[in-house]
Amino acid sequence: MTPDPRSRPDRGDAFHGGVGDAAYVRSAIEDAHRREWAFVLAATARVAGDLDLAEECVQDAYLAALDAWTRQGVPSSPGAWLTTTARRRALDVCRRRRTLRDKLPLLVEPEPALEGVDAGDGPDCAAVPDDRLRLIFTCCHPALAGEAQIALTLRLVCGLTTRQIAHAFLVSEATMAARVTRAKKKIAAARIPYRAPDADELPDRLGRVLSVIHLAYTTAHTDPTGAELMHRDLAARAIDLARMLLALMPDEREVRGLLALLLLTDARAAARIDAQGRLVLLEDQDRDRWNRGFIEEGTGLVARALRGGRPGRYALQAAIAALHDEAVSYQDTDWPQIVELYDVLMRVWPSPVVALNRAAARSMVYGPQAALAEIAELEQHAARAKADSLAGYRYLAAAKADLLRRLGRTEEAVLTYRQALELTEGTAEREFLLRRLRELGAG
Amino acid sequence: MAEYMILLFDDETAWAEASPDEYDRIFKAHGRFQEQCAELGGRIVSSGALQPTSTATSVRGDVVTDGPFAETKEALGGYYLIDAQDLDQALAIAKLVPVLRGGVEVRPIMVF
Repeated sequence: MTPDPRSRPDRGDAFHGGVGDAAYVRSAIEDAHRREWAFVLAATARVAGDLDLAEECVQDAYLAALDAWTRQGVPSSPGAWLTTTARRRALDVCRRRRTLRDKLPLLVEPEPALEGVDAGDGPDCAAVPDDRLRLIFTCCHPALAGEAQIALTLRLVCGLTTRQIAHAFLVSEATMAARVTRAKKKIAAARIPYRAPDADELPDRLGRVLSVIHLAYTTAHTDPTGAELMHRDLAARAIDLARMLLALMPDEREVRGLLALLLLTDARAAARIDAQGRLVLLEDQDRDRWNRGFIEEGTGLVARALRGGRPGRYALQAAIAALHDEAVSYQDTDWPQIVELYDVLMRVWPSPVVALNRAAARSMVYGPQAALAEIAELEQHAARAKADSLAGYRYLAAAKADLLRRLGRTEEAVLTYRQALELTEGTAEREFLLRRLRELGAG
Repeated sequence: MAEYMILLFDDETAWAEASPDEYDRIFKAHGRFQEQCAELGGRIVSSGALQPTSTATSVRGDVVTDGPFAETKEALGGYYLIDAQDLDQALAIAKLVPVLRGGVEVRPIMVF
């Protein structure tokens, strides 16, 4: 390859600031890691033709940046610098591999056209196609197991380490590493294509991507004290992912709905845990601590996500979250409208969990007695269906116990809280149930 | 292009109990599958239907035993070896493979 002076990543005029300032450079690299990782990796994967190699080259590029930027200053477009560096490394490795293969004639096989790739991509990112959608859809390919989809997405799209992902999902690093390796091997061996789906497969494929992002968020949200810092970081990454996806697919209403849902849920995150690390229920939360910025952004998004045809599950869930966020107090919440939204949600996305939440909302309109009857029905249904084991779902017991408590049926409430406790693992949630038991004189 | 083996798994008792109409429907569907595969850009390299597992003989080392290697409710009953662009194309083709009750498994052929 002939070096082209215009496209060399270290050309001087594009650089500014930070020469010799280690702290400044480190923070610029961290920033570039968070903002540009997906773009750089996606663009490199196309050249490398192999996700493993691409990842290696991108990691190398970030390492090289530390030295180069300290010497020469931080480039004006860090993403372009990193992309050019990583792609160049990938090309070098591919060339070496090909040379090696040429020397072993028995192993020669048809080569994907490498020449089509412009080796001298300049620092101008516009020259590099945005392959982030390809990357996301490949990570969430239906031929990969759900847990592998989420692990790959966090690793390849968000740039989290295996250690961080393992920590968030409460499995050992070795288990998570094996999961990621197996998925990458399958992508290569089974030739899972590096492409975004066609229009006819898009609804199903996009649904998987959205549920991966949603699951990443709920994992973080379920037990916020479980692995505190990692979980807050994971929640933020999930929101970043939804934001990025919306920027890439601005016309997809459910992407907008998902981002709205995450923002409107996360708006309450600070008020969900008190100073002692205990879980605070919605009705007891200090609403002044809610994130007004997120609420404003989320309600704006949800209004648009609901318009233009039948709303999807995420838009509806976001609309419900918005009604909670906009209420001055728990009592003043627009419960009748929430119940209506749950009715629509049940039609769009019928699930026992939605039915349970609807029952809880109905208790605020029609009283706990009516909701209790509904929950009893749900329990019977779950027992009949068996496969759909809402019976093992801890929130069912917790919701039922709460209704019994409100009806003054203390003994039954205590019994049911204890059932909920048996099903609950998260520290904050357990602490909450124990507190309720103490309040009922059954600590 | 890459080669994929599509393995057909089905319930043998369902086959034994199938009506002549059902047999007819599945056989005709296999006939159509050849064209459908080509329409999707794939190519059938070879294919075959297997006699039921009651005819199977397993060999492990020197020991020969009557019956299939692994007893499963849904047994391997046939295969298509196809040539496809990538897994997406192979899966699109695999979705069209006619089966009675069961399904298919798609495995890439190893390249050395």
